[in-house]
Amino acid sequence: MPKVKERKSESGFGNLRPFWSGTIAFGLVSLPVGLFVANRGKSVSLRMVDQDGTPLSRKYFCPAEEKPLTSDEIVRGYEIEKDEFVVVTDEELEALAPEKSQEIDLRRFVPLADIDPVYFERAYFLAPAKGASKAYRLLARAMEDAGRAGIATFVMRGKEYLVAIIAERGILRAETLRFADELRTPDDIGLPTIEETDAKRVKSLTKQMAKLATDRLDRSQLVDWESRRLLELVDRKLKTGEDVVSAPEELAPEEEGEEVVDLMQILKESLQEVTPDAREAAAAGRKRAGRERSAGKGRGSSRAGRADSDQPGEGRVDSRRPAVGGTDSRRRRERYAGLGEKSKAELYEQAKELDIAGRSNMSKEQLIEAISEPR
Amino acid sequence: MAARAMWKGVIGLGEEKIPVKLYSAIEDTNVHFRLLHEKDEVPVKQELINSQTEEVVPFERARRAFITDEGDMVIFEPEELDELEPEASRDIEVLGFLPPEEIDHRWYLRPYYLGPDGSEEAYFALIQAMETSGLEGLVRWTMRNKQYVGALRLHDGYPMLVTLRYDAQVVPIESLEAPAGPDLDEKELAMAGQLIGMLAADFEPEQYHDEYRQRVMEMVETKAKGGKVKTRKRRKEARYEDLSGALRASLEKERIRA
Repeated sequence: MPKVKERKSESGFGNLRPFWSGTIAFGLVSLPVGLFVANRGKSVSLRMVDQDGTPLSRKYFCPAEEKPLTSDEIVRGYEIEKDEFVVVTDEELEALAPEKSQEIDLRRFVPLADIDPVYFERAYFLAPAKGASKAYRLLARAMEDAGRAGIATFVMRGKEYLVAIIAERGILRAETLRFADELRTPDDIGLPTIEETDAKRVKSLTKQMAKLATDRLDRSQLVDWESRRLLELVDRKLKTGEDVVSAPEELAPEEEGEEVVDLMQILKESLQEVTPDAREAAAAGRKRAGRERSAGKGRGSSRAGRADSDQPGEGRVDSRRPAVGGTDSRRRRERYAGLGEKSKAELYEQAKELDIAGRSNMSKEQLIEAISEPR
Repeated sequence: MAARAMWKGVIGLGEEKIPVKLYSAIEDTNVHFRLLHEKDEVPVKQELINSQTEEVVPFERARRAFITDEGDMVIFEPEELDELEPEASRDIEVLGFLPPEEIDHRWYLRPYYLGPDGSEEAYFALIQAMETSGLEGLVRWTMRNKQYVGALRLHDGYPMLVTLRYDAQVVPIESLEAPAGPDLDEKELAMAGQLIGMLAADFEPEQYHDEYRQRVMEMVETKAKGGKVKTRKRRKEARYEDLSGALRASLEKERIRA
């Protein structure tokens, strides 16, 4: 088993790393918080291997020189004309980040019911940083009593977000919203002007709808059949032993440096002011737990159950160089608050947004590389 | 300018068939960079590398594998994975109709507008029936080799499909415990409530703009013209350590502003 590295953190989230940490400003009250993703990834992930089961990784090549590149040799460019680029450095991008990069300043509180559900993009749970529990509870309670959500814009990882802070059951959530100009109107699409139509037909449709009316959403209808079918196939193959390569010593079930983390555990732990004892117990639980079992077949992917995804910023301006394999670059990545900070599931979701082929079988490294790939 | 449809399907309601086209309701406004080889500014490409021999492996020789908890590896042939793909179909199957608040926005992933595919009459009838019933549909369909579950609702008077997340992907808030502690101070709570009241407003989405994106594009343009880019310093505002004092000062500040 790979050792779980205890990270020294100054944020007060123990050894858990929030997706983003910053401050909620409520008037002159400042509330330091961490954001934790409120969605889990897909329950099954595949990996790229060759026919003998040797893991494959993605590397960048320069087509002109036909040679592999290290991340130090790669820069970001914006294409102003075909094959003509303006190179933009990380420092330049970072310098653009306004005051909003550290702070979510709540200047407006709107009725929760005012926000059309179609604006909502992704949800994060907020956990108070060490010592901020009282301000957190006060704000959550006052907002819940008022039935209002705080609205602000802020910059996270090189992209600006519109966000609604919502209090529910004493827990604060940050939900990113789409900007109005990201949402097309029926006019933009060119949908036809609605006209009166055959009343008999409307009536017949209304009748059909009434037949199908139910009061409650049956969550079992939101099943991931794809993962289920895949796990069934895995089970069949394991039974027959066909195409199965037994675990070699050097290939641990988890990718190196990747913790198996149970999102629930993270949240539970970080929403509490944890005592050292409780934290140790929780850390032990994290190493044991953290597996999403989707098909109830008792075989979850070893890397499932990590915080997902629903990751903001497809194609966002990422103010760092891309990582290219290897532990050096992993360390470099962690220095930048970039893709390397994200869970595999978050990266997967981003890859999905970018429609990257073969994403369901990529390792974390491969996802990072594929996401930073030029397109 | 009319948008391009990304898919065509048919909603089936009993005997009734409503042919529709799907349009993305989202405009991609992100700034897209490409990765270049610094030396010659040529866009990089990717290759698969065998991690042990460092050899380049052509894509067609790569396989997908599932790794079990024990670390065993189950390798799939491409055709095995193809067989798992759902059958292509144009049907948008209606699973049920629900009260509109029943499908919480936490399930929502991506919205698509529906437009008529041929018969406008059926399309208009669907719109009117949905208005009459006030319900939201739960539907299922297969698009580009993937199965989706979605909410069928009206947006700006037009039918919209919103893809939904899977059940296991949404962490239920009920399963979390809120931070606990001693009873909150009633005075502080009253002040916090007052401050929220002073900052109360309606939600007007068009008030908010992605200024950062504009700054990125301005910088790109400046550099394209050969101009210099300035760096800016971040200001820090003093904040109070003491909660009551901070709330009082905030209310004071808001009163002056009002």
